[in-house]
Amino acid sequence: MPNMSLKKNPMPEQAPEIRNKNFLEVSTGYTPAMAMDEAQRCLRCKIKPCVTGCPVGVKIPEFMALVAEGKFEEAYQKITEDNSLPAICGRVCPQESQCESKCVRCAKGEPVAIGRLERFVADYHMNHGSDDVKTAPANGKKVAVVGSGPSGLSAAGDLAKLGYDVTIYEAFHTAGGVLMYGIPEFRLPKDIVQKEIEKLEKMGVKIEKNVIIGKTILVDELFEDYGYDAVYIGSGAGLPSFLKIEGETLNGVYSANEFLTRINLMKGYKFPQYDTPVYVGKDVAVFGGGNVAMDAARSAKRLGAENVYIVYRRGFNELPARAEEIMHAQEEGVQFALLKNPTKFIGDEKGWLCGVELVNMELGEPDESGRRRPAPVEGSEHILGIDTAVIAIGQTPNPLIKQTTEGLETNSRGCIVADENGATTKKMVYAGGDVVTGAATVILAMGAGKKAAAAIDEELKK
Amino acid sequence: MYMAYKILEKKELNPQIFLMKIEAPLVAKKAEPGQFIILRIDEYGERVPFTIADYDRAEGTVTIIVQAVGKTTMDLSKLGTGDEVLDFAGPLGVPTKLDGKKKVAVIGGGLGTAIAYPQAKKLSKLGADVTVIAGFRSEDFIILEEELKAVANKLIITTDDGSNGVKGFVTDRLNEEISAGEKYDEVIAIGPLVMMRAVCTLTKQYDIPTTVSMNPVMIDGTGMCGGCRVIVGGETKFACVDGPDFDGHLIDWQAALNRQNMFKEFEKSACEDGKCRIGRTHHA
Repeated sequence: MPNMSLKKNPMPEQAPEIRNKNFLEVSTGYTPAMAMDEAQRCLRCKIKPCVTGCPVGVKIPEFMALVAEGKFEEAYQKITEDNSLPAICGRVCPQESQCESKCVRCAKGEPVAIGRLERFVADYHMNHGSDDVKTAPANGKKVAVVGSGPSGLSAAGDLAKLGYDVTIYEAFHTAGGVLMYGIPEFRLPKDIVQKEIEKLEKMGVKIEKNVIIGKTILVDELFEDYGYDAVYIGSGAGLPSFLKIEGETLNGVYSANEFLTRINLMKGYKFPQYDTPVYVGKDVAVFGGGNVAMDAARSAKRLGAENVYIVYRRGFNELPARAEEIMHAQEEGVQFALLKNPTKFIGDEKGWLCGVELVNMELGEPDESGRRRPAPVEGSEHILGIDTAVIAIGQTPNPLIKQTTEGLETNSRGCIVADENGATTKKMVYAGGDVVTGAATVILAMGAGKKAAAAIDEELKK
Repeated sequence: MYMAYKILEKKELNPQIFLMKIEAPLVAKKAEPGQFIILRIDEYGERVPFTIADYDRAEGTVTIIVQAVGKTTMDLSKLGTGDEVLDFAGPLGVPTKLDGKKKVAVIGGGLGTAIAYPQAKKLSKLGADVTVIAGFRSEDFIILEEELKAVANKLIITTDDGSNGVKGFVTDRLNEEISAGEKYDEVIAIGPLVMMRAVCTLTKQYDIPTTVSMNPVMIDGTGMCGGCRVIVGGETKFACVDGPDFDGHLIDWQAALNRQNMFKEFEKSACEDGKCRIGRTHHA
């Protein structure tokens, strides 16, 4: 009998007033009983709308059926037929606009908690299963993967399974890309990311850190000097956008990349045990309304800021972040200063930030993105006293590869031009993820990595 | 492939400044004057940029010259030949444009002299007439005198206290040279911000193109954090990917000086704590 409860099994979580002072994971995860109960809310409908909402087409009703029966390891195997990083996707996918938004249970009540169950199954496997992934016999062909974020990891995993000799080149000292430097520990524990990476290494994938493709080694050299048969570029969107307003170089003004990298990759929240400091004042404004903005705001709160504001130029309903992140931020005491846009930063005589001038905005007609276009309200300028600002309005692809690779076409936004299979304008060079689409989601980047891996295999088998 | 980066040679240049030759074949293969590397000593360490002072492609080594002033540089000063650093990435930044110059004045201030040296060396190799003016606090702090002599057509050493060379500032000597009729197509100034600013104020009067090397706070060195932004001609640039060299006459020096102080308090506390940090075992 299906479970006809209109509500999801609630996710066990640390209490807001406790968790906003630590960096431990917010959600502690379903118990097996909760998972089985929740999986029984799935009606196993024939049309499977949820699957169409998943960018990588995970066989959701099938894995639900297995969870409902308590066959958690089998459920894991079912998910990984299509998604090689379920522990990560279960935590960071925007399920409410993907699989769960299509669930038939939405007609009356909440959808099945697909994301939470994906996470449960993946965590169960990490604690109980083994990672003897079967790989095809070595086929003697070499593929280089540039970047070890979600896109590169999924391409590398798929290619290794097919028998390719795969090496990932990572510019940083730690593999994982945005999963390590961007998403905070309290939302995605770093040892989970590292376990996924270890799994790839067990499959024979080699990881070369501290190698900046486009500087240390050029793309052309990967073919000529290193003998690779194909290259997949998944170097992400690493170049932060700034607001381009007065006072942006004042001390106390960060890009979200800098702020989060100091905290996450460099473990600045453990200063001075770790050497990298992170300055957070009393009053912090984060500019932007996406997941990165929520991550920065919630991190600032955890580092002891008294007032943390999300300053966003549109309204609450237009916030692009995951619903859960917005809710968690509110619960943790982050304040939302909506329909406001910064016009200039104000500094003291020593060059430190002491305030920001904001102007109120009103929403007009929808723009090309379908969201209502914000416009400033004349004469509504006012000052908000802040000592720390974090700019989280987006990133564009890093130009290092573009600058040093001939024959690789990019568009006006600096993104690599690639077809639906990731093929670029350069022979045997494929690309996918944020470097092609501009800043998007983990799951879309993974999907692109999978498609490109299949296309590379197709091409190299010829 | 290269799991750790071995220190093949360490040499003290003066009581505060030391040289380290580090095994990093991939970096050595691509290194050019004006570029930098990012180094991290151990898993607790900061990522800190160091300008490439020299490189040997055949030997696969990169030389950096370090002044022990902060947490990382002090930790580094405790390492010696045979020790390793955990991470060493590069070469980063745009190489200095050195070809096509006839007569160049290369100005180095203190540690900046170490960065000015590879530029002078390359200029000399390219056939330019090179005047090097290197300023130090006192005789004890002079570095690379012999090396500079070998590559410069004219070498002028100044010390703040006159204990060796000429007493006074590098700008005074540069002014003297220009006043005496020396015609430079370019001045390259590398050193503390105040020194580079003073050189630029002077060369602006004579309308001599001046290149400076900025070394602001940065984390990744690949354009990702934006911490190294400098205002050049009213525009925000990233020292790591757009520089570190910029037109000195276009730099907003006050903004650069302010940003230098952003993490000063943290640096002080990190150094006071020294090795005795809670929960931390150093080189266990």
